[in-house]
Amino acid sequence: MIRGFFILLAFELVGEVVARGLALPAPGPVIGLALLVVALSFYQRRRPFDEEALAASDLGQAARGLLAILPLLFVPAGVGVVQYLSLLREQALAPAVALVVSTVATLLATVGVFLLVKRLTGAKGEA
Amino acid sequence: MTPFHLWVYLQTTPLFWLTATLAAFLAADALAKAAGRRPIVNHVLIAIALLGGLLKLSGTDYQTYFNGAQFVHFLLGPATVALGVPIYANFALVRRDFWPLAAALLVGAVVAVASAVLVARALGAPRAVLIAIAPKSVTAAVAIAVTEALGGAPPLTAVLVIATGILGAIIVTPLRDALGVTDYAARGFAAGLASHGIGTARAFAVDPVAGVFAGLAMGLNAIVTPAVIPALLPWLIG
Repeated sequence: MIRGFFILLAFELVGEVVARGLALPAPGPVIGLALLVVALSFYQRRRPFDEEALAASDLGQAARGLLAILPLLFVPAGVGVVQYLSLLREQALAPAVALVVSTVATLLATVGVFLLVKRLTGAKGEA
Repeated sequence: MTPFHLWVYLQTTPLFWLTATLAAFLAADALAKAAGRRPIVNHVLIAIALLGGLLKLSGTDYQTYFNGAQFVHFLLGPATVALGVPIYANFALVRRDFWPLAAALLVGAVVAVASAVLVARALGAPRAVLIAIAPKSVTAAVAIAVTEALGGAPPLTAVLVIATGILGAIIVTPLRDALGVTDYAARGFAAGLASHGIGTARAFAVDPVAGVFAGLAMGLNAIVTPAVIPALLPWLIG
């Protein structure tokens, strides 16, 4: 468990160093996430493991533990909205309309492109 | 020490606000459970409202609150990295449907960012709102980090992200039924891409295949959108 947590922190740290060092616009933890995926696929090639082994590993356990409490982790940032209440009171309409329009547009675009490309590429295993 | 002095002391300590954060979350979670976990009764939003109300009532500023809550907030970083584990575990699915997934992912990510920013801008939203709304379809941990990196307002993003999740979870099933889309992989992928974890939870409730594809979309979008936003935003905000 400690080793798993160490791996997560180490990748976050490297991600932070890469993001700042190269002045990348993407956040450090996201770079760390991408690096972890790349590292896992390299590790897979050297010492093959299956999904169960990954879940049972130190890393798998630490990741599961953190992801299980993920909703709690958004709360402190969210409470900061108290600082923006007057802004939201004056400006509630624009973001509200934007959210509804954008959510519908995103759902339609994603599902449409998925089905279109699946048909074009001669999909296997039609659901 | 009188009770009043004790309260004055307690409300400045990290211990009090850290405990209050967990208590509010547990209470909100119990409420959501009692409501049958309907998307509209979101436990994170309720916890935020409870704590926000408590801050107002007690006249505590956000910085004092955050001194305690930062211990929870800090874990967002390693938790974001931890998303890599389920993303990697689902890569087999990506190989099977590579081109439809890649195309839907790219188009979906661009539409999610561009449509939100352009509509908000057309309605006269200020710059702070435009930056905060751009990553609204990404899972909150990543969206907050993106807004932070752009010098925006992470709390606005947190609330907009949760609102998007709730909207997506409510809209997705009726919309897809109205359109007659029966491909659960496509439905799930769109739900996860547009409305991250909340949409994914909804997709799992509808169909297991939809749920897996929703989780996959959420994970892949967490990598793609942070790359897309810095390229699109200067152009969208103007």
